[in-house]
Amino acid sequence: MCGITGFVNLSGVRPDAAIARAMIDRIPHRGPDETGLHLDGPCALGHVRLSIVDLAAGQQPMCTEDGRYWIVFNGEIFNHVELREKLTEAGHRFRTRCDTEVILHLYQEKGADCVHEMNGQWGFAIWDTREQSLFMSRDRMGIRPLFYMKTAENFIFGSEVKSIFSHPDAPRRINPKGLNDLLTIWSTVAPNTLFEGVMELPPGHCLRLSGRELRVSRFWQLDYPEPDSEKSEDQYATELLDLLVDSTRLRFQSADVPVGAYLSGGLDSTLITSVVRRFTDAKLRTFSVTFEDAEFDESSFQRQAIDYLQVEHQQVRCTKQDIADNFPDVIWHAEQPTVRTAPAPMFLLARLVRQHGYKVVLTGEGADEMFGGYDIFKEAKVRRFWAQRPDSKLRPLLLRKLYPYIPALQKQSDDYLRAFFYARPEDLRSRFFSHLPRWELTRKLEIFYSASLKQALVGHDTYSQIERELPDAYPRWHPFCQAQFLESRYLLPGYLLSSQGDRMAMAHGVEGRFPFLDYRVVQFASRIPPRLKMKVLDEKYLLKKAAGDLIPPFLRKRPKQPYRAPEALSFYDPASGKARADYVSDLLSREKLERFGLFNPQPVQHLVEKARRGKVIGVRDGMALVSILSTQLLVEQFIDGFGRIGA
Amino acid sequence: MTQAPEQEIRTYIVNTFLFGEGGDSFNDEDSLIEKGIIDSTGVLELVAFLDETYGIQVADQELVADNFDSVTKLGAFVKSKRG
Repeated sequence: MCGITGFVNLSGVRPDAAIARAMIDRIPHRGPDETGLHLDGPCALGHVRLSIVDLAAGQQPMCTEDGRYWIVFNGEIFNHVELREKLTEAGHRFRTRCDTEVILHLYQEKGADCVHEMNGQWGFAIWDTREQSLFMSRDRMGIRPLFYMKTAENFIFGSEVKSIFSHPDAPRRINPKGLNDLLTIWSTVAPNTLFEGVMELPPGHCLRLSGRELRVSRFWQLDYPEPDSEKSEDQYATELLDLLVDSTRLRFQSADVPVGAYLSGGLDSTLITSVVRRFTDAKLRTFSVTFEDAEFDESSFQRQAIDYLQVEHQQVRCTKQDIADNFPDVIWHAEQPTVRTAPAPMFLLARLVRQHGYKVVLTGEGADEMFGGYDIFKEAKVRRFWAQRPDSKLRPLLLRKLYPYIPALQKQSDDYLRAFFYARPEDLRSRFFSHLPRWELTRKLEIFYSASLKQALVGHDTYSQIERELPDAYPRWHPFCQAQFLESRYLLPGYLLSSQGDRMAMAHGVEGRFPFLDYRVVQFASRIPPRLKMKVLDEKYLLKKAAGDLIPPFLRKRPKQPYRAPEALSFYDPASGKARADYVSDLLSREKLERFGLFNPQPVQHLVEKARRGKVIGVRDGMALVSILSTQLLVEQFIDGFGRIGA
Repeated sequence: MTQAPEQEIRTYIVNTFLFGEGGDSFNDEDSLIEKGIIDSTGVLELVAFLDETYGIQVADQELVADNFDSVTKLGAFVKSKRG
């Protein structure tokens, strides 16, 4: 796992090495162990290395023995040993044990089709010195990032936008449409990003640059085929466990450094840790974050899991002040605003991992999307069930089962619960039925938009944009699968794996690995009948069944607690009525709001006053404060200036 | 003469839930939920407002849309509670 960057001069001019060096120097956190640079013709390839496999060899950029292909690679190919064997049989000779070299030979053998053979997480670029063309690819689920920008003179790319912005030909501007997308569905819609002209290579896509011609093509997409009606529940469970053991083992073994695991106290991370304990002889250390606020803290569950698993464990306690203190760095690394503060504790957790000398962690990310764990799936199921018999007195009683961890909702009368969750006929006809409540609530943030931002958004509609790119088969999928698709296609890569995942971990040179996102697991999960994913309202039913005694009994009964962190209270202390950090007051001041021009100062001042008095307690208001502050931080660090606050 | 509760309630709703913007985006009869003006926390904020401003204690059985879901309904509820 590393960072890559580089550029191709489209007029054929030899690149300036100093520019390439500046691009590399922007992302040292991704690869603190080594750096590398190679220039050929109009192309510069840069690399920062986090050494995990074959520590002595494996420097990048790396080339084939004939010198034709040069690669820079960020990620891991977990089946590289098997691929190497096949390639060796076909006559290829290897100089290292690195997966990087395997990609090179596989590309030599199969060209762009090489990606179909790979099981892993990647963003890479291969320069063909003979054809003078560049090939890039990003993994199926979007675990590793890859951005690019094409100007009149250059094609510039990198694992992070900040390396692209270090090229003098790359203008730094906010993309209003990308901002609106994020402030509606919590993520941008790839290939668009928060920055004008900067594109994200979407998950499961490749790109080829020949001369000035750029072609982007998809090689993989999530699909939900008809389930196998012959297969019994037990068969599904057995096959699932076999696959999970294999995907975990593969991710645990493919490293020459010790591997740790995040342990949240929930089902997914406990199961992964348990698989490692039972099916490998590795000594495992686990890591977790705890909170000073009982509302968010899961340490009692973490202790129970640790007792059951008998692992060495380290934890870091996250306070509201910690979130305020680290938020500028969080946004510097995330490179986009966030509607929640949840990435900040993950930033602290990755730092803890690194402080203990670990570079690699396994996590349970992806299980909720693939196996039906989220409350949004449950909510959609209840609302749809009720909508089939709107006059039913019994069906709306199920609304009490939703969101047990949100006190404001639990205090509502039955009458109000029905009013909040009632599915209107037009909602039922929407292709986004499951996600409309969340998206519509978030969309309310437009009340804070400035007149110029509103003007820039005329004619832009996030929903239409998503509708245009839905797969042809989408209308035929089961509603549960449609909800899973929306969650897996947008929120997972656009927020969870990036702002909360890769960026927070790599800020400290830590690589995350995700057994639930092995593409074989993903494809298997997509064929599981929805009734087995969530049996009535029992979330991740089949996964729990497959887990058997790998998980402690309390986890079967424990209501799901989504990972959350304190929002507005992290930035304003109602006891003193003051902001917890100077940058908060500065960036939310009338002057800075007017200067950056994205938000209307008057309603923001109302919001700030509310926050000072500790009255920002609802989901929408909390999202508003965090979104506006994080957007201001982004502009401050990437547009108005270019560098971390305080650096 | 004291201000009519409807006017006071409307001002509170505009300032608290619309942050001073869009006061003309709804009329006194409009449903606050259907217009997306309040969420579940907003209902509880309204309860606290009625207590702080008019000294009205809201019983659980009174916390229904018929009493709370528009400026007009809220005004009528306040008047009925004040007797």
